[in-house]
Amino acid sequence: MNPLIAAASVVAAGFAVGLAAIGPGVGQGTAAGYAVEGIARQPEAEGKIRGALLLSFAFIESLTIYGLVVALVVLFANPFAGL
Amino acid sequence: MIELSLLDLAELSVGQHWYWTIAGYQFHGEVLVTTWFVLSVIRFISFTANRDLKETPDGLQNLTEYITEFVRDIAKTQIGEQEYLPWVPFLGTFFLFIFVSNWSGALLPWHVLKIPNGELAAPTNNINTTVALALLTSTAYFYGGLSKKGLGYFKRYVSPAAFLLPINVLEDFTKPLSLSFRLFGNILADELVVAVLVSLVPLVVPIPLILLGLFTSAIQALVFSTLAGAYIGESIEEHH
Repeated sequence: MNPLIAAASVVAAGFAVGLAAIGPGVGQGTAAGYAVEGIARQPEAEGKIRGALLLSFAFIESLTIYGLVVALVVLFANPFAGL
Repeated sequence: MIELSLLDLAELSVGQHWYWTIAGYQFHGEVLVTTWFVLSVIRFISFTANRDLKETPDGLQNLTEYITEFVRDIAKTQIGEQEYLPWVPFLGTFFLFIFVSNWSGALLPWHVLKIPNGELAAPTNNINTTVALALLTSTAYFYGGLSKKGLGYFKRYVSPAAFLLPINVLEDFTKPLSLSFRLFGNILADELVVAVLVSLVPLVVPIPLILLGLFTSAIQALVFSTLAGAYIGESIEEHH
């Protein structure tokens, strides 16, 4: 592989995961904050809140995972490797 | 010597496959092998647990009944009281297959078995498996909507307004895309994290992350079947 492409791919993979982690990080924080608030207000609803929270975490997390998939493609299945 | 074999567990070979050529088509052999393994595990547990059913369930029968009820609850909440029953086997198959695949990848030391190229791992860490599952979901909700409403199903593409047509069409493509990427990415990420940690510190330290992996794998199985149920429910629900 062309060393320039290799270097650019590694940098791009780092950025892909790093940038994709920012938004979901903020989102998960907000969601968890509201969930804790909800549990504090209504401790008997803890089970339901936890279920909904975990499910929404999985959805939020998948946004980071898209970044990760892009990073993995760039690292392991780079379409520009032959250039 | 022990350290060497431990480092074998941390082998990374993403994008390396054990190709089988059958009737002119190329297959990823390692995925087929692990898929058959997963299928036989599910089949074995179901048959042994339900061979002689008892009035008061015990042991494995208890487990299978619990799983059945769990899947039925997912279907009921996503598809609705009236329509959910015919979809329970479909969603249950997804849930069981994904769950057992993910856990087999996290629990079993597949890498110890050597194959000519690539490595054995959870079937769901190959994107072809997850894309197949996601496309099956698409087929299922199209089938559900068309068989329920006939051509009236396509009315939902122009609702609530006609100018939303492109977005509604786009959604049919993003649904399988996000379903497959989510599952694939999560499982592969788990295995990569564990593999990297094992290669750094082979003992004890990776255990919490393996446990986290078990947890997220179970959640992903739940999320996949929940979403499949939600898409099906969305396409067969009546608009008034």
